[in-house]
Amino acid sequence: MNWADLRWLVPELVVAAAAVALLGADLVLPADRKRWLGGLALASLVAAGAACAVVLTDLGGLGAPGVRVFADTYTVDAFAVYFKLVALAAVALVVLVSLDYFPGRTPHLGEVFSLLLFSGVGLLLMASASDLILLLLSIEFVSLSSYLLAGFLKRDPKSNEAGVKYFLYGAATTGVMAYGFSLLYGLTGSTILYDIAARLDRAGPAAYLAVGMALAGFGFKVSMVPFHQWTPDVYEGAPTPITAFLSVGPKAAGFAALVRTLSIGIPLEQVNWPVLLAALSAVTMTVGNLLALLQRNLKRMLAYSSIAHAGYVLIALAAWKSAWALQGLLYYLLAYLFMNLGAFFVAMVAAEGTGSDEIPDHAGLSQRAPWVAGAMVVFMLSLTGIPPTAGFFGKFYLFAAAVDAGLLWLAALAVANSVISLYYYVGVLRALYLMPPAAPGPVPVPAGLRVGVLVALIGTLAAGLYPEPVVTFVEVARRLLGS
Amino acid sequence: MIGLPHYLVLSSLLFGMGLYGVLTRRNAVAILMGIELMLNAANVNFVAFTKFVDPTFVRGHVAALVIITLAACEAAVGLALIINAYRHLETVNVDQVDLLKG
Repeated sequence: MNWADLRWLVPELVVAAAAVALLGADLVLPADRKRWLGGLALASLVAAGAACAVVLTDLGGLGAPGVRVFADTYTVDAFAVYFKLVALAAVALVVLVSLDYFPGRTPHLGEVFSLLLFSGVGLLLMASASDLILLLLSIEFVSLSSYLLAGFLKRDPKSNEAGVKYFLYGAATTGVMAYGFSLLYGLTGSTILYDIAARLDRAGPAAYLAVGMALAGFGFKVSMVPFHQWTPDVYEGAPTPITAFLSVGPKAAGFAALVRTLSIGIPLEQVNWPVLLAALSAVTMTVGNLLALLQRNLKRMLAYSSIAHAGYVLIALAAWKSAWALQGLLYYLLAYLFMNLGAFFVAMVAAEGTGSDEIPDHAGLSQRAPWVAGAMVVFMLSLTGIPPTAGFFGKFYLFAAAVDAGLLWLAALAVANSVISLYYYVGVLRALYLMPPAAPGPVPVPAGLRVGVLVALIGTLAAGLYPEPVVTFVEVARRLLGS
Repeated sequence: MIGLPHYLVLSSLLFGMGLYGVLTRRNAVAILMGIELMLNAANVNFVAFTKFVDPTFVRGHVAALVIITLAACEAAVGLALIINAYRHLETVNVDQVDLLKG
């Protein structure tokens, strides 16, 4: 091993060190000072973000080929750096809103931040892993911390149930994925994706079986049908900041790992995975949208909506031969980060004010917290895909990729699904604006949450109104995947 | 002489038993046992493939060791969650854990 290669892992090392330090500091700090730990967590995430920028410069900027370190098991390229920045932003925003949410609900504040950071380390590793063992390990790293976070409120039966259900589904899919990886190893004699690509020939049905089983693990992380059943229960039962985190962090990293594994490791001539994923994409978006129509609980509705959005993003893999596909995936996941986190943050404000997650109970929020309700309008329109929000550009890229790759039916289905989704997104706005408030008086918005909503709002609007910086980044997307 | 097919039959039987347990058992601890069987099936595969396909780099041995560690972590976290849920919900039967539905 070459010790100088460790400089490519500085972001991961910073976050991991901070997570361990938080665990220790949690033991010695008195209870009334524990919010400082959140500040330390935020500082480490900002430092890791800066380290990511340094890594990108060291690579030679955008469009430069990536480097492979540690005997090809770890690939650092612009694609990985992009997803690392998305993951760090997601963790940072969730830490910010957790500062107001967890005190009063649990005395173990340091553990929340520490687990969030550990989960963040896993996300950073997932974005770069180019070896099956490391991939399995990093996915499991994210999962184990997420199970604990979902069940963190020990005295809340709903949180307990969310933790157990998330664990059982997650561990079972890990078992299937590990078996799939073992078959891939048997077929090629290597666990490194580059070697697998070179040696996977004439494998036939066995390769399809291995890839199908491996998809179970990725499908669980991105909540793809038929591995989505955990999503609504866990999203409803988990503490809301954690739900917000689960809906963007592991999902974005799951897509990063899925894209790298399939595009580098599995040659199209051996396994025709775009066809497989086109079918899964169509089923995922339709199932998610149709079930979202029936929901009255806001967190549960957003859970089904997140399944539907996983379906939209899968279009990118189905339309892989189009030059727009990878750009669409990258842009969409950034837009989704802001708009979905924003929607969950507003749900937190509404739940604080009304003590309920049911949509009808949020009636008249526009009078009790006007600018938060206004922000929700932007998030809902963006999730539907209406210009000039970020969600519109994301969908535009993805649907254009589908048309470009000759998948007209998939693009048409996605447009139809977007129209269906308008119904339940606008249903939320109807409750906020047209129904009379259930109780008088303004709803207090804690400082951290206020900043969180504001950042998500600015992100959603900025990526929609002034998309040039992001577009420049994703337009070199073809070269982002260093190989 | 025991060859690769013997190991593959063993591992697929183990995997099948594990998956059957996960899908049919209603006790959360029994489901966890099924999951452990599935992970061990993967381990048998990794070790067998190392001997017959990749004897020089022994990456499969590394994978098996990693998965053993991973299974231990999974059991620790899983049992902690199940015990905590049992304290409040007073059951480990997943059919009776049904506050969340819709």
